[in-house]
Amino acid sequence: MSAIQPVILWTDALVFALVAGVTGLVLYIRRHEHLRAPWAGVARQPMAMGSALVLAVFVVIGLLDSLHYRERLPDSPPDKPQYSVEVLSAFDALVGPLRTQQEKTYSAPLAMHLYAKEFVDHDGVVVREYPRLKYGGAHLESAAAHWADIVRRVLLGSVQGLAIALLLVGVLAAWQARRSRQSYGEWLTVFGTGRLGWPGRTLATMLALIAIAIAVLLHLAAGYHVLGTDKVGQDVLYISLKSIRTGLVIGTLTTLVTLPLAVVLGIAAGYFRGWVDDVIQYVYTVLNSIPGVLLIAAAVLIVQVYIESNPELFDTAAARADIRLLALCLIMGMTSWTGLARLLRGESLKLSTLDYVEAARAFGVSHSRILGRHIFPNVFHLVLIAIVLDFSGLVLAEAVLSYVGVGVDPSMYSWGNMINGARLELAREPVVWWQLGAAFAFMFTLVLAANLFADGVRDAFDPRLGGRR
Amino acid sequence: MSTLLKVEQLVTEIGGARVVDGVSFTVATGETYALLGESGCGKSMTALSLMRLLPDGGRIASGIVRLGESDVRALPEREMRSVRGGRMAMIFQEPMLALNPVMKVGEQIVEALALHRGLSGQPAREAARALLDAVGVADPVRRLDSYPFELSGGLRQRMMIAMALAGEPELLIADEPTTALDVTIQAQVLDVLRRLKGERGMGMLLITHDLGVVAENADRVGVMYAGELIEEGSRADFFAAPQHPYSRMLFRALPRAGDSGRLVTIPGQVPKLTEPLHGCRFAARCPHAAPRCRQESPGWQALGGQRVRCHFAGQLGDAVPQAAGEAVTSQLTQPAADLLRADTLEVHFPIRRGLFQRTVGRVRAVDGVSFTIPAGRTLALVGESGCGKTTVGKALLRLVEPTAGTVQLDNETLGERNLARLRRQAQMVFQDPFSSLNPRMRVADILLEGMDALKVGEATQRRAAVARLLKQVGLPDDAGGRYPHAFSGGQRQRIAIARALAVAPRLVICDEPTSALDVSVQAQILNLLKDLQAELGLAYLFITHNLAVVEYLAHEVAVMYLGRIVEMGPAADILRTPRHPYTQALIAAVPRLDGRGGQQARLAGDQPSPLDPPSGCHFHPRCPHASETCRRVYPRASTLAGNHVVSCHLLTPS
Repeated sequence: MSAIQPVILWTDALVFALVAGVTGLVLYIRRHEHLRAPWAGVARQPMAMGSALVLAVFVVIGLLDSLHYRERLPDSPPDKPQYSVEVLSAFDALVGPLRTQQEKTYSAPLAMHLYAKEFVDHDGVVVREYPRLKYGGAHLESAAAHWADIVRRVLLGSVQGLAIALLLVGVLAAWQARRSRQSYGEWLTVFGTGRLGWPGRTLATMLALIAIAIAVLLHLAAGYHVLGTDKVGQDVLYISLKSIRTGLVIGTLTTLVTLPLAVVLGIAAGYFRGWVDDVIQYVYTVLNSIPGVLLIAAAVLIVQVYIESNPELFDTAAARADIRLLALCLIMGMTSWTGLARLLRGESLKLSTLDYVEAARAFGVSHSRILGRHIFPNVFHLVLIAIVLDFSGLVLAEAVLSYVGVGVDPSMYSWGNMINGARLELAREPVVWWQLGAAFAFMFTLVLAANLFADGVRDAFDPRLGGRR
Repeated sequence: MSTLLKVEQLVTEIGGARVVDGVSFTVATGETYALLGESGCGKSMTALSLMRLLPDGGRIASGIVRLGESDVRALPEREMRSVRGGRMAMIFQEPMLALNPVMKVGEQIVEALALHRGLSGQPAREAARALLDAVGVADPVRRLDSYPFELSGGLRQRMMIAMALAGEPELLIADEPTTALDVTIQAQVLDVLRRLKGERGMGMLLITHDLGVVAENADRVGVMYAGELIEEGSRADFFAAPQHPYSRMLFRALPRAGDSGRLVTIPGQVPKLTEPLHGCRFAARCPHAAPRCRQESPGWQALGGQRVRCHFAGQLGDAVPQAAGEAVTSQLTQPAADLLRADTLEVHFPIRRGLFQRTVGRVRAVDGVSFTIPAGRTLALVGESGCGKTTVGKALLRLVEPTAGTVQLDNETLGERNLARLRRQAQMVFQDPFSSLNPRMRVADILLEGMDALKVGEATQRRAAVARLLKQVGLPDDAGGRYPHAFSGGQRQRIAIARALAVAPRLVICDEPTSALDVSVQAQILNLLKDLQAELGLAYLFITHNLAVVEYLAHEVAVMYLGRIVEMGPAADILRTPRHPYTQALIAAVPRLDGRGGQQARLAGDQPSPLDPPSGCHFHPRCPHASETCRRVYPRASTLAGNHVVSCHLLTPS
């Protein structure tokens, strides 16, 4: 009898399928020199590798948050276990108290008191004041020690973070030195002068910064609500971190829908021409002339009606929200494949007249083989550039759609919902800024890292920039 | 004659490479100085250095460039702008890229006139008209209002020359001015340049890779190799007795009339300029190289009017290295059986317009072409670009669907049913070795593709076949595991030939297989093709515009004009005694090494569009002998002695 029951939501399954696919692709690329070469080019760019490290942190959080389970109810009979309706994730288990330490309502970042005055009963005397928080700063005797405590935690976190980073870099250095058969000192000299051939110093610096940030956050979060609490008293840091998964799922699963459509239709239109080309062009021209938001709103409403009229299909609220997220990915994918398809059509049109395609036709090679061996490998770099460039656009689009109210389920943690929730409070005096600020900061970091990484990928893959040949 | 341009010890670097390394020469007023060299030798970079128009990352490291009295390197950029196009003008290779496609050519010329001569309004237009007159543009007033896309290649190049002349330059730099043009048009443009130089007393720096162009136009010649000038002399001296081993080998690599032996090839490759170079740069490829050559860079040695950078200057005698082995061609004495017979082959492309894509016209790319290729023989298909010769090749292989006519292979008519059989028997080698190989496939996979598709041989033995093919075309054993980008242009063309040979065809259609290659590499490919013919008994359909190559390789020649064959017969007959006026003009237009070309009358005008061919004989608007009959009736083919067929009214017994 296990204490938990694993739950595999639709998006979880797809996310892990995607991870498996990417792993397979990486293994395939490693074995092919011409595919590996541009990636080696990406690996040489400090900016791209720094952002890749930041992205990796986001991805790890997102993946941990995709391992869902339900806890067994403590009073359920052992022979017929019953499980909680609340779906939790490995990430929830990891951050533990962050989720459960709920205050009454708004409190500012790192505060000890609530943000609103209340009547408090002091030994029978009712006083109207800012009450102390249940968890934030609860360990402190009085407000006098507040700032000293914060400074102490920041310093302690910084030192620990730095120590961990140094340890990590040291171990990595030992491993690298062994691999390149150098002495430890020699390797460090090469590393220090930046002649490694890959941006070791940038990576080490980024690693140290991330380690320090995590350590400081851990120390602060143990005693305070680092980014304050929201209207129902939930920790904003926790909400922001939970939103990462939503953003990543939207950014990646949507491309899963986009890619087959764009690649198949785009290449088919460019290679076969004639009526195939005409039909595909008409389809995407029509699709392009319908406002995207309208289509998405309509589709999301249909899904919502479906979910409400078939409640028996979904055993938990999480499953309901998840199906809506998946629907959103699907419909965004359906509306956003046209750009890439048009690009691929043009490129295939050009490639299909090249001599090596003619040569293959002269051998009587079948269409599917020509498409698979001659056309697709030569447009693959465009697909890749499009994926990484689209990712950040999709993350931002989710925020806009949720703000408008046609995005993810309101019960789902997402940056768009955070912004939507913060909208009204911005008019309040004094203003509640931390919800909006946190959503902005997290989204900004993710999108900036993705864009910088995309720039690196484009530089390495785009033949016009002379990365190859 | 006074010295117009003086270049001393010019060194230009791009990235870490010294692309021009210590080049010195002078150009006098009224003189044409030709810089001769193969691709990548630094001749264009020398020109761009003179104009101070180097690409990003390039800089002039040292040296002196004097134009008249002024030091070009010391001029501030402001003054340099008035020198460019003013005192020193440049013509580029590709006129379509050098003209602004959205501006009328008249406006572009007036722009240059306004900048350098301060003209505007009506006087400027007058001056522009005069310039077009000078470069021999017919109907100049109308042409001023044309856009570049409305002009043919030859006219565009004339417009470029007119623009270059707008600033009345003292020095004209022509960077491969005719490489992109057909021979007949090349002859016209070179005539214009020669005449203008005489009239205006300009100095001219002519940059080219073509010995024939040099022979007909230059007063003095400088040969460049790997960034250095290695030989210099007057045209007469240079062509009478080239001194540097490299120059000599260049001459020997050229296919020439009546010489059916092997061509001399230059082994190895040009050294990489990014690496430090010691000694003579040609030493690694030179048949005369001695230890001294590898250690000590030779200085200039004067030999009469010539100077040369070679340790053995003057000691090499006249003995030019002979090719190893004698002629290996197996001249078939008996007429072999016909392998391929094309009968009134026709390829018309419909032009569709309007909402319902109605067919409003047809481009008659190939318009009733008949010929036969005997087994083991070579038929050369010759003509200017746009005459439909490539389309013929593609139609034979059904890469383009013929609209009418039949193709027979071994007396069996080809259709959809026996297409696979055709593809076993006939294969194609393309012009551009860079676009004909998929950059993302290994060489072995490229060679296997045809064998897999046509199921040639046992699957287990195909790997062995790849190794045999690589050996056959002279590539190293490990080539199979590499990707095409690791190979040079000539090696890529070898891979393309090996790919065609992989399915053991009996006919190979070669579509200008050497026109993208340097002379010395062209010689290697031509030798290879000839060896393969002797060894495997291949038949070739050799599509080309280069008549010298035809003479070297072909048994029969067919001359195409506007989709039809105008003359066909044994190669020697056609090249010695051409009967059709078009063939005569084509042969006369080829620049000759003895510099005695250019006497014959040039062919005027351009090839008309195949969309709307002239009535009667297609050639009559350009033909000096055209009569009333020619304007009305297309001439029947008449057979002369020795299987020589000509379609011309002059030869039809009336």
